[in-house]
Amino acid sequence: MMKNREYQQIDPQALATPTPTPPPRPLPEHDLKPKRARRKWEVFPGKNRFYCDGRIIVARQSGVLPLTLGLILLTSGLFFVFDCPFLVKHLTSCIPAIGGVLFVFVVISLFQTSFTDPGILPRATPEEAADIEKQIDNPTGSSSSYRPPPRTKEVIINQQVVKLKYCFTCKIFRPPRTSHCSLCDNCVERFDHHCPWVGNCVGKRNYRFFYTFVVSLSFLTAFIFGCVTTHLALRSQGGNGLVFALQASPASALELVVCFFSVWSILGLSGFHTYLVAANLTTNEDIKGSWSGKSGNEDVGNPYSYNSMIKNCCSVLCGPMPPSLIDRRGFVPSDDSVQTSPVEVKLPAAKNDINMCTHGTKGLLETASRSPLLTSSCPQAKPQAAPAVLEPLPEVTPSPALEPAKTTAGRQSTSTPHKHHSHHRSKGKQASHHTHKTSNSSPRPHHSHSSRRKDSKNRDPKFSSLR
Amino acid sequence: MATEFHNLQELRHSASLANKVFIQRDYTDGTICKFQTKFPSELDSRIERTLFEDTVKTLNNYYAEAEKIGGQSYLEGCLACLTVYLIFLCIETRYEKVLKKISRYIQEQNEKIYAPRGLLITDPLERGMRVIEISVYEDRGSSGSSSGSSTTSSSGR
Repeated sequence: MMKNREYQQIDPQALATPTPTPPPRPLPEHDLKPKRARRKWEVFPGKNRFYCDGRIIVARQSGVLPLTLGLILLTSGLFFVFDCPFLVKHLTSCIPAIGGVLFVFVVISLFQTSFTDPGILPRATPEEAADIEKQIDNPTGSSSSYRPPPRTKEVIINQQVVKLKYCFTCKIFRPPRTSHCSLCDNCVERFDHHCPWVGNCVGKRNYRFFYTFVVSLSFLTAFIFGCVTTHLALRSQGGNGLVFALQASPASALELVVCFFSVWSILGLSGFHTYLVAANLTTNEDIKGSWSGKSGNEDVGNPYSYNSMIKNCCSVLCGPMPPSLIDRRGFVPSDDSVQTSPVEVKLPAAKNDINMCTHGTKGLLETASRSPLLTSSCPQAKPQAAPAVLEPLPEVTPSPALEPAKTTAGRQSTSTPHKHHSHHRSKGKQASHHTHKTSNSSPRPHHSHSSRRKDSKNRDPKFSSLR
Repeated sequence: MATEFHNLQELRHSASLANKVFIQRDYTDGTICKFQTKFPSELDSRIERTLFEDTVKTLNNYYAEAEKIGGQSYLEGCLACLTVYLIFLCIETRYEKVLKKISRYIQEQNEKIYAPRGLLITDPLERGMRVIEISVYEDRGSSGSSSGSSTTSSSGR
């Protein structure tokens, strides 16, 4: 409100300049032109890391991606160097060819799973968040010390009631099948799970890459295992014995060990994901039992399933590839300069808000929206000094609100009798991480708290607008 | 009050942003991209209901076309799978082509219909496909009181 009047005072000065797109004038207070325009990935609020100037996106912790890659490269390398020559001589030269194709599939799909945006939803702009706040009934009015309960909205999808939860970090009602990953601090569409083996979330956009990776890796592992066994069997023929064979080719022993321990869990995982694809489910939904009636509902079924396995498979794996919504390589419009310059033509963007730029309607909005546009986002800059009393509470209370589904998911995953999960749990190495990572919040309360700290500052406009 | 702008130039020179109206997603058909066609009350005096509904319905149709699972998308998907999805780095997918069409459509609608009425539609792609954001402009010349009152009324709601 205050800002409105300020801009109106400046207005006559703006009207005096007839040209619609004047060059920006240097001002004493602010450095109007930054040294270089920043790309949106540099101000991305989530916990991702970016490489190659925003072309590559990974989660903050790369998890065990180096280990995954290392194991694959090591085992395949040993296979091609030590086993293939023998097998080509004694069997056929198709073996390295098949191995090579599988290896290429595995590595490329691994990189694609790790480096692709899984379907991150950008956070709400301040105006959007304010609009949602208006629509939500707040019975306590402007009481600033009471934090409202988690908000939900119900929609009917295919004659079934689906609850949409409000995300306090991103300040949106999450679309169906969207979940917030606390490791990456993003809402991800069609969230499957956060996979530490690939160091990224698996969601709508990279699920097919992940599925290809898992299936091709299970083929590769089984193939190498079979080939190494054949190799050792051939070597130990003629009365030489297995020990002699192992001594002659020690690398094969290492490959055998690695493949033996991984083939079961990876085969199990690919079988599990094939089931999920055929049923059009996500790991998240399967573990939480959203559609299997575990939560006591009688009339539940998966509302997203096409009730035909083939159609489900086709829609998940061969469906159209949605675009990335976070526009990593777009430029952030210059922000602080607009507060003092009435004729600034670039659209302002507040620090935490990456989506106020309007590339599509650039020609229209850039000149149409003057500084008054910033009045709606100014309240966000102001409450840095907002009531400190808000700070401690939001840190504590949102985490139960946001996380309970995930912590219960964690508990459920240990008790669920799903045969693939128990199969995984019995195998130490690679098994436990995949399925348990859907409950990604429980070991990491600090990250969610630190995100809440940011969140409380962003939420203040709600209170100021309610006053 | 209904403000009239004869063209975009006038909008640029004499308008100030008064309010933003958000058209939310309609999830009744699942997770496909579809927006509610319910006419928001804030636009009551600014634009005819039929024009608005036509715009939203056309946008919905475009999105449905982009996300349609049919012969062409299967072909694209299978080809992509065979090339380990490297093909996505080379060619433009059908979805991206339709998104370009949508962006051209929105620009055309803005120029022809919305800007003369002091409104501006933002491409949903820039808002994470969550909302269609319609910016409502007030004639600055008609004094700050009208824009002030509209913002107070909207925040008080």
